[in-house]
Amino acid sequence: MTTELSVARGRGAEPRPPRRDDNDDIGPGKLSLRYRLNRLDVKVSPYLYIAPFFVLFAVVGLFPLLYTAYISLFEWELGADEQPFIGIENYTALLADSQFWNAMVNTFSIFAISTFPQVVIAVLLAALLNTALRGRTGWRMGVLLPYVASLVALTIIFGDLFGVQYGTINNVIEFFGFDRIDWQAERWWSHVAIATMVNWRWTGYNALIVLAAMQAIPRDVYEAAWVDGASKVRQFLSITLPMLRPTLIFVIVTSTIGGLQIFTEPLLFSPSAGANGGATNQYQTVVLYMYQAGFQSQDLGYASAMAWVLFIVIIAIAGINFLLTRRLASSGEA
Amino acid sequence: MRYRRAGLAKVLACTAVLAAVATACGSGGSGTSPDGKVELTIATFNEFGYEELLKEYEAANPNVKVTQRKTGQAAPHHQNLFTKLGAGSGLADVEAVEEGFLSQVMAKSGQFENLKEIGPKDVREDRWLQWKVDAVTTKDDKLIGYGTDIGPLAMCYRKDMLEAAGLPSDAEGVKALFATWDSYFQAGDTYVQKTGKPWFDSAAQIFNPMHNQEDTGYFDRDDKLVIETNGDKKIFDQVTGAVARGQSAKLSAWSPEWQKGFKESAFATKTCPSWMLGVIEGNAGPEHKGKWAVTAAFPGGGGNWGGSFLTVPKQGKNKAEAAKLAAWLTAPEQQIKAFKAKGTFPSQTEALISPELLNQTSEYFGGEKVGMLFSEQANKVAAAQYKGPKDGEIQDNVVSPALTSVEQGTSPEEAWKQVIEGAKKAAK
Repeated sequence: MTTELSVARGRGAEPRPPRRDDNDDIGPGKLSLRYRLNRLDVKVSPYLYIAPFFVLFAVVGLFPLLYTAYISLFEWELGADEQPFIGIENYTALLADSQFWNAMVNTFSIFAISTFPQVVIAVLLAALLNTALRGRTGWRMGVLLPYVASLVALTIIFGDLFGVQYGTINNVIEFFGFDRIDWQAERWWSHVAIATMVNWRWTGYNALIVLAAMQAIPRDVYEAAWVDGASKVRQFLSITLPMLRPTLIFVIVTSTIGGLQIFTEPLLFSPSAGANGGATNQYQTVVLYMYQAGFQSQDLGYASAMAWVLFIVIIAIAGINFLLTRRLASSGEA
Repeated sequence: MRYRRAGLAKVLACTAVLAAVATACGSGGSGTSPDGKVELTIATFNEFGYEELLKEYEAANPNVKVTQRKTGQAAPHHQNLFTKLGAGSGLADVEAVEEGFLSQVMAKSGQFENLKEIGPKDVREDRWLQWKVDAVTTKDDKLIGYGTDIGPLAMCYRKDMLEAAGLPSDAEGVKALFATWDSYFQAGDTYVQKTGKPWFDSAAQIFNPMHNQEDTGYFDRDDKLVIETNGDKKIFDQVTGAVARGQSAKLSAWSPEWQKGFKESAFATKTCPSWMLGVIEGNAGPEHKGKWAVTAAFPGGGGNWGGSFLTVPKQGKNKAEAAKLAAWLTAPEQQIKAFKAKGTFPSQTEALISPELLNQTSEYFGGEKVGMLFSEQANKVAAAQYKGPKDGEIQDNVVSPALTSVEQGTSPEEAWKQVIEGAKKAAK
């Protein structure tokens, strides 16, 4: 800004004095005040305009983040008389805590069987919605319905579906002559049940985002491909996917963050809605364990340490996914 | 230093959510309104039946204005309680505390007023059943809560299902079945052999009342974990033994499957605190009317499950007035009215002999005089078991899940190891 101003003044042979300076009797002191205010306006105003976001972010985003890091260094029991500083002891205890690693494995397992099918189905669904369907808007709105429905209502329905003794799915399985599945007791099946809930809820939402990106792809590219004799599948692989890359990166990164922070579904999947995640923690996720440590055991220091470890893990995984997606979807360009 | 930090956090938090909850950012209740009235707040959960009573109190005390903050469920109410205890402000003048969370509150008893000191002098401890008072009296003899309601335990059973198994089903006959836990499990074996169906809903629902009848709970009075040396191992073996013999329907309490189990006639007996009658009626539905019965015979004597207290946190402004309100609400006359309004079973000795309570009957349970029955059960409860600071957590997050895991196929030995490990971790 400063350079621009000085350049403007230097270029003019004789800078035209401000008009008001001629007519009004304003002293040089006043002038420099005006000038300074003007400069201040140019320099500071832009920051003020963008300040609301940054102030809000600092208050509700950055501050909790840093404060959590601070708390994680203390033995911070909710409402206790004193909170002694213990350094990294929470972190060392956490890394030696088998329940934490168990929760980590559960989280990744549920994440893997929810996110990957979800993104694949979302892209295929979007491709389907992008064709000339009858009643297109209805279909497009329809896929968003699971997202709009109340999560608690959904869990009740899924609780009914995945009930061990009276559940609909088990009744169907038994009808076809197979053994009933104990959705609660068996670790893998409990993960499948929870992942089903997640997929049900988020696939449509992601499909709509992908659909929006698909519609932004210029038609003439397809026309050119069609003229060259490319099949629909070839068009999808060589045009649609590569051009969806930025959107896919967004969808995958947000699903990664959401998937690793999964909380409500496993919480409500447990019969008494406890944070235990099953009788032997077989589907307790990291966030569920964090909630249990923080708000049931009231050990906020330990929960904060867990939050930070999870934060770092999420950043790492989101980064890896970002790189992978960029590589996978770039085949068409390069 | 601690206060400055809390202050900073509060300022920041308040800036962020100023528009949404401007009122919550005050100093936790101003104490007096502009017209000089004493302003009191009382925080409750579920239904305490206090709506009309509070109006009555305001009419009798024109200088007092009472606001009730109601939370739907007990868990969020208590989470709010503990969070704001930690923050040092924001609590109501009178806070309700449920029995299941009492051990955690007792561990922080320093942040609650001793009602023996600030409460009205005419409130005597014999207003309540002795065990109710003992439960809320600290080791250094401070009373931090006035008892509201209780949940005396009886046994509920399906008459038709007991008959089908050739077991006695009339009030006199079942007394022998439910005399002791041994006779209860024995009857269970007979029932399972005859019908091939389970006897009770889930292991945890049997273990908990058995555990509560012990002299020593998970902790001794020095807050030392004694789960390995008290009677719990024996109870654990008894209950898991019954599970192995097919007595458990393996339905975790409060799950949708459990609720369905009542309709499906999945089990024949249910440990039954006074408030469970409504739960059974709601879940089993009208088609089972008259088939369920309740009896005053409870194995091993009596027991209690549930009930609440009114406490006065130290951070409040009008603590003496708050104690006065709490004392008035927990007087027998008022609790009887609350009982009539919302069915909360009173903990006051005088209320327990009031004709209104004793004459209460339940049509669903075959016209049984349930008021008298539970009043009798309330008097059978032996001394209050001492609860250590992590008692509730061990019960909910360690022992109950371990029992569920046995029902899901874990060996009892493995599950007991899980209990010991979990309890040690929680107590640490």
